[in-house]
Amino acid sequence: MSATVLAPDALAALGDVADGATVMIGGFGPAGQPTELVEALLAQGATGLTVVSNNAGNGDDPLARLIRDGRVAKMVCSFPRQVDSWHFDAAYRSGAVELELVPQGNLAERIRAAGAGIGAFYTPTGYGTPLADGKETRRIDGVDHVLEHPIHADLALVRADRADRAGNLVYRKTARNFGPVMATAARRTVVQVREVVPAGALDPEAVVTPGIYVDAVVATGTHAGGEASA
Amino acid sequence: MTHLEHAPRTDTPLTKAQIAARVAADIAPGSYVNLGIGLPTLVADHLDPGSGVTLHTENGMLGMGPAPEPDAADPDLVNAGKTPVTELPGAAYFHQADSFAMMRGGHIDVCVLGAFQVSVTGDLANWSTGEPGAVPAVGGAMDLAVGARRTVVTMTLLTKDGAPKLVERCTLPLTGVACVSRVYTDLAVLDVGPDGARVVETFGTTHGELETLLGLTLGRTS
Repeated sequence: MSATVLAPDALAALGDVADGATVMIGGFGPAGQPTELVEALLAQGATGLTVVSNNAGNGDDPLARLIRDGRVAKMVCSFPRQVDSWHFDAAYRSGAVELELVPQGNLAERIRAAGAGIGAFYTPTGYGTPLADGKETRRIDGVDHVLEHPIHADLALVRADRADRAGNLVYRKTARNFGPVMATAARRTVVQVREVVPAGALDPEAVVTPGIYVDAVVATGTHAGGEASA
Repeated sequence: MTHLEHAPRTDTPLTKAQIAARVAADIAPGSYVNLGIGLPTLVADHLDPGSGVTLHTENGMLGMGPAPEPDAADPDLVNAGKTPVTELPGAAYFHQADSFAMMRGGHIDVCVLGAFQVSVTGDLANWSTGEPGAVPAVGGAMDLAVGARRTVVTMTLLTKDGAPKLVERCTLPLTGVACVSRVYTDLAVLDVGPDGARVVETFGTTHGELETLLGLTLGRTS
């Protein structure tokens, strides 16, 4: 990967996104959701997307609007149903969006596997359940396992707390969630942060995502919930 | 593992809070514990703060503390139910693959889950009611069910319509096979496993009445 680019705004950070692209969107509900980058994706216009995200939008948040507007052909997620997932629920029931339901640990590990160059892995999770239907199984040391394949993406949209000019990232509390694994699994990783600091300002011992995984960074000055930082 | 001397004693069915207290009484000091959404979450209220039990939340934290004062809620600090929590001294944050490796790798001592149905051999159904047209969601249930060293369930023994939730064979879509070891309910605590269901304790009922209610032959633990 080439050096991390510091972009002037979210749309510039996002760059070109092709129709039909697979896009990973970080976040566990609102915590860690890269709101401004998904807004930029809405504005950018790509359609027929496959979106990989733990949830499928809350209320009228940007991911929910992406689904509402018919831009998402397929969701890969663990927990689409929320009290306020109206747009996903309607799109799912009408058949407008396809759903691949994935146990949350499989979702994380399949993303990690993609980033780590692992071809596939066996796990006991899901064995004997409808979510393993049709999948290859194998008994290893007396325990039944299911073969799971990596999830690669064209683009990962991630929210971190701070980045330095080298693209190194630190996160904030449970907003870290899928960010570090998604950052490794996409051909292009775009990160929004509260602030960008000079190289050397982050403790190298505390860096969570090394800059090698980060293609573009944009400082939005916001943290969770879109609040401006103090 | 068991601390029955701390367990609630009652000749009537347990309330949800009493079920939670009964679960808490079985959690060994120093355990790493994951509590599912709903009734299992109540277990946290009954853990002795001095027992050194550490709570794991699968969205990426060890050392989870109770809910904050409303004006102190931090949108970046939530539990698996996406409600605000706090961090205790010694807390740690980690990403999703690490968080699930803790479960899937057998590092979590006890996982407490809710259930729609549990079979006498420990099969669990807790993620789908199987209704056509329902929007499905699974979250971490399948990872928790099979990954923790010990998976236990809290539930009422009967549905609102009076149907048993402890059954010979689950009719709802499974979450995991032979993964539950103990079930804590309002009417009884039962062990489940390869040898079938065995009554550990009853609340306001008898062994015989339980067998009639459930339509099952139940063993005894002693």
